Amino acid sequence: MERLETLLREAFPHASEFSVFDRTGTGDHFQVVVASPRFDGLSLVEQHRLVYDALAEPLADRTIHELRIKTKESP
Amino acid sequence: MMELREEIEQVIAEEPVALFMKGTPQRVMCGNSLRALEALSGAGAPVTAVDILPDPRIRQELSALSGWPTIPQVFIGGELIGGADITEELAESGELEEKLESALGAGYRNLRGSKPPTLRVMQK
Repeated sequence: MERLETLLREAFPHASEFSVFDRTGTGDHFQVVVASPRFDGLSLVEQHRLVYDALAEPLADRTIHELRIKTKESP
Repeated sequence: MMELREEIEQVIAEEPVALFMKGTPQRVMCGNSLRALEALSGAGAPVTAVDILPDPRIRQELSALSGWPTIPQVFIGGELIGGADITEELAESGELEEKLESALGAGYRNLRGSKPPTLRVMQK
């Protein structure tokens, strides 16, 4: 979970809202919420792609079994 | 002979609404696949489902093709809409119905009558 937070903080340093939640308490099902100016003007698919890109490593090595994503543009 | 990758491309191009999921509409094997299916059904989408579980290559080829790492994946009129989160989000805001209408026409609900989601089986 700390690894996810670190990766996301690096990818979205100016996030105005940020949370990583372990949905099942088992360290592999996560809900992430990020509000960032990086999302401004992008489609939802493009926004989620940025999150997937940031978490490419833990996705590839199966640390993340399931990921729920909520992205928001900057307020 | 058609390769698996071409077959997947064909499904995406041909089917009005393609849902790549774990399991089948009758026997859903994953909570997120169910969320996507329910969001689509709720919007009256004529869903064609592909079960990715019988062959791990389906998921590999699909993700290589779409650049989307997770399952489910929803395509409307050949365009990647996203996974369960986006599909649900669009359903809640009403944008899903707008997308279906603009891609498939105002009568999209009647494309298949009121038939339940159909399953398309990968041959390769």
